Amino acid sequence: MALRIGVSFVRLNSLRHAARLLSTHTRPEVFNNGGSISDFPGARAPYVTEMKFLNENSYDLIPIYRVMDKNGDIIDSREDPNIDKDTLLHMYKTMVQLSQMDKILYESQRQGRISFYMTNYGEEGIHVGSASALSHRDLVFAQYREVGVFLYRGMTITELVNQCYGNYEDPGKGRQMPVHYGSKQHNIVTISSPLATQMPQAVGAAYALKRVPNNDRCVICYFGDGAASEGDAHAAFNFAATLDCPVIMMCRNNGYAISTPTSEQYRGDGVASRGPALGIRTVRVDGTDALAVHNAVRRARELALDNKPVLIEAMSYRVGHHSTSDDSTAYRPVEEIQKWTKEESPIQKLRLYLERKGFWDADAEKQCVKEARDTVVRTMQEAEKKKRPHWKEMLEDVYYDMPPSLQKQMNQMEKHLEKHSEHYPLSQYQHE
Amino acid sequence: MASWLTRKSIIVGKLTKYVNDCTKRLSSHFIYYPDNEKPVAGETIKMNMMQAINNAMDITLRDDPTAVLFGEDVAFGGVFRCALGLQDKYGKDRVFNTPLCEQGIAGFGIGLATAGATAIAEIQFADYIFPAFDQLVNEAAKARYRSGGQFDAGALTVRTPCGAVGHGGLYHSQSPEAYFAHTPGLRVVMPRGPITAKGLLLSCIRERDPCIFLEPKILYRSAAEEVPVEDYTLPLGKAQVLREGDAATLIAWGTQVHVLLEVAQMAEEKLGVKCDVIDLMSILPWDEETVCNSVKKTGRCLIAHEAPLTSGFGAELAATIQEECFLHLEAPITRVTGWDTPFPHVFEPFYLPDKWRCYSALSKLIEY
Repeated sequence: MALRIGVSFVRLNSLRHAARLLSTHTRPEVFNNGGSISDFPGARAPYVTEMKFLNENSYDLIPIYRVMDKNGDIIDSREDPNIDKDTLLHMYKTMVQLSQMDKILYESQRQGRISFYMTNYGEEGIHVGSASALSHRDLVFAQYREVGVFLYRGMTITELVNQCYGNYEDPGKGRQMPVHYGSKQHNIVTISSPLATQMPQAVGAAYALKRVPNNDRCVICYFGDGAASEGDAHAAFNFAATLDCPVIMMCRNNGYAISTPTSEQYRGDGVASRGPALGIRTVRVDGTDALAVHNAVRRARELALDNKPVLIEAMSYRVGHHSTSDDSTAYRPVEEIQKWTKEESPIQKLRLYLERKGFWDADAEKQCVKEARDTVVRTMQEAEKKKRPHWKEMLEDVYYDMPPSLQKQMNQMEKHLEKHSEHYPLSQYQHE
Repeated sequence: MASWLTRKSIIVGKLTKYVNDCTKRLSSHFIYYPDNEKPVAGETIKMNMMQAINNAMDITLRDDPTAVLFGEDVAFGGVFRCALGLQDKYGKDRVFNTPLCEQGIAGFGIGLATAGATAIAEIQFADYIFPAFDQLVNEAAKARYRSGGQFDAGALTVRTPCGAVGHGGLYHSQSPEAYFAHTPGLRVVMPRGPITAKGLLLSCIRERDPCIFLEPKILYRSAAEEVPVEDYTLPLGKAQVLREGDAATLIAWGTQVHVLLEVAQMAEEKLGVKCDVIDLMSILPWDEETVCNSVKKTGRCLIAHEAPLTSGFGAELAATIQEECFLHLEAPITRVTGWDTPFPHVFEPFYLPDKWRCYSALSKLIEY
């Protein structure tokens, strides 16, 4: 009996090896030499007698999963997520709201009313597709171009605009540049400018959640194709895999890192190809297709809660400029931008899908856009009237308790302002 | 016969001298001064610094179920044995190896802290903390400030062995405290022996700010003291006056404290003067009050550290003391430090600010 089990185990093993060899495209001539497997601790691999270097063409290109076509038609009905009407409408309205906010805040930066802004044009599908597949308790680590996720979660336009103005109602107390949002209440970790630093942090947070008894939360970490070149990205992938963390690494591959096209960012098959190399379950999706993103994230969340990290590469196109400090026509053709605006807009795709379902029409659209615009304009007018926080907030929160050295500096500044207040814009700041 | 004996004894003598010289080259440059005062009453056990650190982490893992300890090679006890036995006691999910990547270790630790866990990260040598510099300086230090207090990395402690060890060369000897001392939001701490190591490490772990805990690796085994068994902490941001006098104030941290204690002893014996010796312990934020009160009393100040002179933390101390104690100073503030070079291998005895260099500087300071 024991012998038979042994034999069947050997057979099973050789079958597994055969299957693995067929599934890669390295085609080692393993059967010529008996197909023996090495005992090197670093890799359980077969020996071959033919020397063959692998390159980026050694593997099939990772396909892009999509659910709808550009007309909002479901391609394979089995893949329709059949999301309920309320959720679908929330997804769509969030996209419209985001797009209107982007338009108005971008313009307000051009007029000098806020110092800086970054739009989300072309990537709204990634935001709402992923946000709708997560629990609101899942922890979000973002890069900076994920505001749709925050809106979907319930952060208000008021909160976002207050941050951009740095007024006293900004929970960040006006310390960071615009678009560096964060909300403890909505489980959105405050954004920082250094790229990819949030990635190993997301993995650490996921490890902490994993250790909570009966954990039902995961972490999602958003990053761009450029940030994926940082050392922290490699650290994050490798730590996530070796430490079995419940984390979804969500790459927004929009083709550009400021002016740098992906051809100058990497030579492999995008970011997705790095996932399997590090032992991470990986999928590539059409980021302009909110339903495809939703399906991928929903499945990824199940895997993550089983402590299997997942990498998702959502393909998209950065329709807007990198930021208000950038004119992207200096490094890419206008026709290219227009193609993605007109033909592959994630907002348009979801609208067509909703219209086919009978959930949406031209009137609803008109009203939704108007409401979204009015909300932003009204909020901006209110935000502009609010003063900035008291200057002493500049010295708070460095440490949990203010050390004596910093108290001394606060006293110095206080005395200075008593004598020279006329040289400072004190009237724009709160008083005691 | 007699001449043969003499020749033999000369050969033996030469051999002994050769061996002694070899040993001398590798021996430490200081005498360890154990702590005599106990921070708490109660049972004590003789521990070296490695065991005291192990004990502090043991207490943390025992009392705080969220606490985890991780880094390169900590699972089997660590290359300096500080984590010895902790994985067996607390399990593989609480004491574990990470991939070999310092920026990952620091970032992972910040994430743990963000999600509410207590994170004790180990960087194998302080010389290898620089890949994590971005995570520590741009992220851990600024997390509370930039979020308006919504998030912080206060539950993160980064432990790392630092300082000269006799033969560490460029990358097993560095003292990087001054790099971090320029970073608002971090706490930087260095103990001088087992009792301070346990008390300060427990404070760092519980402190609500991210801490970098620098452990002078030469003390891991060479320093042994009667360490209280029970839980105790020592205050951060506070210096200790270890020896009192009126001739000068000698300030150091880590191993260098023991060098200055010996220098103070030498000054008493040879020059007949008594000095204040201060262990700064917390590099950032540091104890301005204790230092300045001492200098106002003595009128003279010598600062010594292993790290290079230029922009070393001694510069910060000297500038502040000069500003606060100007009318009390009887002589220029003296700094005795490592030279402005990388930390060399065979030249270590000439590189370190040893007792002779410190004594010589102190003599001049007192004669000034």
